[in-house]
Amino acid sequence: MMISFESVTKRYAGGRDGLSEVSLLIESGELAFITGHSGAGKSTLLKLIGLIERPTRGQVLMDGRNIGRLPRRAIPAHRRKIGMVFQDHKLLPDRSIFDNVSLPLIIAGMSRRDIEKRVRAALDQVSLLGREAHRPEMLSTGEQQRVGIARAVVSRPKLLIADEPTGNLDPALSLEIMLLFRRLNEVGVTTLIATHDIGLLDQLGGRRLMLDQGRLAADLQAH
Amino acid sequence: MGNFLIRHAQSCIAALGKLCRHPIGSVLTIAVIGIALALPAGLSVVVRNGEAIAGNWETARDFSVYLKPGVSLASAEKLRDELAQTAGIAKVELISADTALSQFQATPTYDAVLAVLDDNPLPHTLVLRPEEAATTEAMTAIADELTERADVDLVQLDTEWVARLNAILDVARRSIWIAAVLLVGAVIVIVGNTIRLDIQHQRAEIEVAKLLGATDAFVRRPFLYTGFWYGLVGSLIALAVLALSLLLLSDPVARLSALYGGGFQPLGLDRDGAFTVLGGGLLAGLGGAWSAVARHLADIQPTV
Repeated sequence: MMISFESVTKRYAGGRDGLSEVSLLIESGELAFITGHSGAGKSTLLKLIGLIERPTRGQVLMDGRNIGRLPRRAIPAHRRKIGMVFQDHKLLPDRSIFDNVSLPLIIAGMSRRDIEKRVRAALDQVSLLGREAHRPEMLSTGEQQRVGIARAVVSRPKLLIADEPTGNLDPALSLEIMLLFRRLNEVGVTTLIATHDIGLLDQLGGRRLMLDQGRLAADLQAH
Repeated sequence: MGNFLIRHAQSCIAALGKLCRHPIGSVLTIAVIGIALALPAGLSVVVRNGEAIAGNWETARDFSVYLKPGVSLASAEKLRDELAQTAGIAKVELISADTALSQFQATPTYDAVLAVLDDNPLPHTLVLRPEEAATTEAMTAIADELTERADVDLVQLDTEWVARLNAILDVARRSIWIAAVLLVGAVIVIVGNTIRLDIQHQRAEIEVAKLLGATDAFVRRPFLYTGFWYGLVGSLIALAVLALSLLLLSDPVARLSALYGGGFQPLGLDRDGAFTVLGGGLLAGLGGAWSAVARHLADIQPTV
């Protein structure tokens, strides 16, 4: 999935600019890291893609379609096309791993048999097969984040966005999670990851979009 | 289409499962709904029986004509024959003072009282039975005419209290409607509040579902089904409470009926009544759920 921002500004109530005049293009199948200090606009950029926020000015295009203009009732269908990973993973604590990972498929209305196959495949991708019956609290932080990733990819979206997915993890686990994202990207999923952990990125490669106070400060292509 | 139905069935069963997993709260809510619905239904059964009783007595519109003391048996017989010819009168029975006295003497209670009296204090009495087709107005006219006569002491229309009973039943019927509307309103509020708490309780879950692309309908569905189950089970409880109450009442009612000469079969809730309770319960359950969902679900938007 191709994403382009055309002079996008997001001004929050209160006058603070989350993003100002950002233009960028992410090609289909690309892996890109969005970096910058906290408050630089990384989360805002991802929220605009997930339609959790709407741009104040400018256009956010996905495969050429201006998503800023989508009516409210079209938002659910839009979000179903995107896999989202959150810093606090947002798993449901009172549900099993299986139920958590299957939620996007249940929302999409898939049949029970297909759901089972897909969930097992997704858990296999994050090396958590066999933990279906466990509850999130029985898993380590790193494992919980992998469940969050399994849930994001279970419906096989063409776009994966992750907001500080390693924010709560130690360096070794962080690298493991990032390598997992890279593996997922290698099968053709456009992947966008916001992180402030620059040291980690030196080991990973990939394109880097650096934000500073809501502006695009640097765009370093993959080497 | 098949998928759509399957999703609804899943939601429906999942909602029931959730109620079963939190039995105490669910049972309390359902009990309140059941009692609230059983009250007007029970009152309507009482009124139904009252109507049946009033109906029985409507046909027995006999009225009694008490003659003045001292009127001779001969003139009483003459009046009887006269009245028997009157239009609208089916039958006239003369109870002479002597017959009445012997009837009273046969009753132990009055026996002692009558023994101390020298004379027979009772008058001759005529009991008139109107024809089936006779109107109440015609009967009242005859009664008025009789009251005017010099040899008549008192005319007692037995229909008066039937009319009063009917008026009371009218009041009762109207009261039940008001009670039913208020109590169904209460059920809507109870279900609405319970579901509102459910929604607050599941706020995190709703937010995540919306982030993952759940539509409003998807988020709404389990709460509406919860309301549906509250209504359904609540009205079934109401019907059970009613059946149990009627069972507990059946013995005393049978005894009462026997004292009044029997023949009265107490009525339960008829099929229409049962369906009204079910329908009212379902409507209130869904209505309550809908009101809570409409007010509180839109407020929940995911924040990341």
